[in-house]
Amino acid sequence: MSRLFTALVFALALAFAGTACAASKIEEIVSPGGIKAWLVRDNTVPLLSLDYAFTGGANADPADKPGLAHMVGALLDEGAGDLDSRTFQERMEEKAIQLGFTAARDQFRGSLRSLSANLGEAENLLRLALTAPRFDEEPVARIRDQLQAQVLRATTSPNDIASKRWWAEAFPDHPYGRPGHGTAESLALITVDDLKAYVRNTFARDTLTIGIVGDIDVEGAGRLIDRIFGALPAKANLTPVPDVAMHGLGERIVVNLDVPQTVISFGGPGLGRSDPDFFAAYLVNHIYGGGSMTSRLYHEVREKRGLAYGVRTSLVWMDHANITSGGTATRADKAGETLAIIEEETRRMAAEGPTQEELDKAKAYLKGSYALSFDTSSKIAGQLVQIQLDKLGIDYPERRGAMLDAVTLADARRVAKRLLDTKLLTLVVGRAQGPSKTN
Amino acid sequence: MRCAGTLRAFTLHIFIRLLAFLSLCLALPASSALAAPSVTQFNLANGLAVVVIPDHRTPVVTHMLWYRVGAADEVTGKSGIAHFLEHLMFKGTAKNPAGRFSQQLASIGGQENAFTSSDYTGYFQRTSREHLGTLMEFEADRMTGLVLTDDVVASERNVILEERNQRIDNEPSARLGEQVQAAQYLNHPYHRPTIGWRHEMETLDRVDALNFYRLYYQPDNAVLIVAGDVTPEEVKELAEKTYGKLERRPALGPRIRPKEPPQIVERRVTFADLRVTQPSLQRSYLVPSYTTAKENEAEALDLLAFILGGGSNSRLNRSLVMEKRLATTAGAWFQGTSLDDTRFGVYATAAAGASLERVESAIDAEIELVLDKGVTAEELERSKSRMIADYVYAQDNQSTLARQYGAALTTGSSVEAVLARPERLRAVTADQVRDAARRYLDKRRSVTGYLIREGAPREEKKS
Repeated sequence: MSRLFTALVFALALAFAGTACAASKIEEIVSPGGIKAWLVRDNTVPLLSLDYAFTGGANADPADKPGLAHMVGALLDEGAGDLDSRTFQERMEEKAIQLGFTAARDQFRGSLRSLSANLGEAENLLRLALTAPRFDEEPVARIRDQLQAQVLRATTSPNDIASKRWWAEAFPDHPYGRPGHGTAESLALITVDDLKAYVRNTFARDTLTIGIVGDIDVEGAGRLIDRIFGALPAKANLTPVPDVAMHGLGERIVVNLDVPQTVISFGGPGLGRSDPDFFAAYLVNHIYGGGSMTSRLYHEVREKRGLAYGVRTSLVWMDHANITSGGTATRADKAGETLAIIEEETRRMAAEGPTQEELDKAKAYLKGSYALSFDTSSKIAGQLVQIQLDKLGIDYPERRGAMLDAVTLADARRVAKRLLDTKLLTLVVGRAQGPSKTN
Repeated sequence: MRCAGTLRAFTLHIFIRLLAFLSLCLALPASSALAAPSVTQFNLANGLAVVVIPDHRTPVVTHMLWYRVGAADEVTGKSGIAHFLEHLMFKGTAKNPAGRFSQQLASIGGQENAFTSSDYTGYFQRTSREHLGTLMEFEADRMTGLVLTDDVVASERNVILEERNQRIDNEPSARLGEQVQAAQYLNHPYHRPTIGWRHEMETLDRVDALNFYRLYYQPDNAVLIVAGDVTPEEVKELAEKTYGKLERRPALGPRIRPKEPPQIVERRVTFADLRVTQPSLQRSYLVPSYTTAKENEAEALDLLAFILGGGSNSRLNRSLVMEKRLATTAGAWFQGTSLDDTRFGVYATAAAGASLERVESAIDAEIELVLDKGVTAEELERSKSRMIADYVYAQDNQSTLARQYGAALTTGSSVEAVLARPERLRAVTADQVRDAARRYLDKRRSVTGYLIREGAPREEKKS
């Protein structure tokens, strides 16, 4: 290991509209073992939050074994090193250590939260979980049963049916189209060798991204990440995932299910995080359906007509595709009317774009609310990882406001057309009296 | 703009107390950096209670106004009106017509929402700190200035009906839960679902909403919680200028609801639904809450719920899920924050091939074991450490803290009681946990609900 220890301190205030507190500065550190991380030091609360991500996630599941990464995530705290499942769980509880593991589409993500006083045990447990998971027979069988029960339950849930089918239609023959939680059949096929292979191939230092927040100094943070991640392989062994464009635009698929409320999922193409039009699209989406209580869709569907409790759209940017995704739920006999309103608002936004007033308000909201994403250690650690994954640069929080401000009305109108001048892929799950064919 | 120079030296008073206990149980060194302003509370002249919880890490503020009124305060026949009014509170006032508050808030990057329970109704906003005064102006205005039209009420009624569909009617386990709760309370209004029974929600109108509003929305029936980058002094000054201008109204009487008679019969309900893929069961027992409990019975019940079913190491999980493989999930809970007597629950989802009867017998056997032999010193210590540590984790989230204090003060508890809770948890003995179990986990005080399948295929078409 190199004895060199570098700490590049960017001393950046997280830029909150005119307010700057020196406590919230992001530092890039490199550990003695050469592992990079972003750090925000804060000793107000005797806690440490550490978030991390490895490239891979559900994307790395073999085509015939979807749900593998998800199953690994459910098993990492079920025994590792010389600690069996029961002992591992007892250690976590005794020291109130929280370990979380999630298989997202493009990454396998994890989090650690610990009281500062128990950090030694916390780093030990996480190191064992990542480098020496046991996958003993009892926990593997038990967790497999639990996961199978969950996917079975999802087969009668309108939200799950709509979402799973939407992704399958949008991305046939691509990892994004496969169910991340697997199926009862695919979960049955997964072996301990599969679980071990996933860990061996995916958990590696070259695809690792780390964010740390808490009561720790630069040297301490460096030692911490070396102890947790230092023993991982240098390089991941991932099967390349191709870029893909979404399918199914203009299709409306109706799944009959006897439920009082019809669930609607809809969406179309999106645009990437590094696209020069990203911020214009972000603003347009906020005005169209992203603003939780202010958007056009919210106004038309809920406020004006009382058709739904909620309606929402978001930009979803991924490593290999980008989409705009939306959803709502309404009574069966109003599903047709609700869909017609959504389609009309989509058309109107594509044709006319937002007004200057809407654009100004959206900018003000998105700038002003940014600080609310940084008010707990866990949220900050999550932001540190996401900003790195999105390759936005350590000074992004400072630059973000100006990037939003730079979007002109002409940009927004052009990008509204680029984003929404499209037919949608729509899934409707509910009683048969739902919408008539309109596409 | 304000930037605290003493960020590092600052923490909540709660911390000192927590650390004192933690240093006993977890060998935490007491930090020297903890010079401590405390959670501050005071009342305005018009009776509004105010609690300030400083957190100077980020220049944001959480502003919450809680009313001491919820679904259990509704008149019979008007179920859902407390929650419906919560929605209608966003429809504008004489001074600030519909949408102005939300638009103003959006323009400063604020977030808002509201919530209703059996005992309280709350409204909150989160913004950067300099807008606190504006939030208070708007919130104070809508305490007395609400204006409603029949059209607005009719449209929003459809929204709450869709909310009911989404939360309850589309979800078989939620529908069973509603039935279990209704059967649990023979006489107390907690038998009512907070969102309301559909047939009554459909009849709620403008007059119902305004009657409820005028009766309960007043300064001395409200609690203001401000958490974030603020000082008690500035909160007081801003609150005086806004809420302080509201007139004091004649005090509402004490919140006395119909009491439960002795519960002498075990109750059982079964709900069958086409969409159930795995049978499950939920049982609740009538038990005292943190407000109604004698001595430390509520703390004992909290620990009992954790030991019995609070996580992977709990007895129900180890026995039913890990050892016997009868269930895919099993656990227990205690809803301690409640003005009147509350519920303690156990639940499990059957594993493939296991009958609910066998699952229930296994739960009963675990409960019997606690009644007979009590809990071990080791599991009691482990559970205490974990539960007390959760109070430290809560310090990382100003919204969580604000909710803790708001819920306490609107359910007959106090700031002092919340601060003392870790200490009181620490003091509970194994005998007290066993005694609480013996006294309250009596099937005659319980309702057991079965959720079973009523199988049917689903079809599909593509257009």
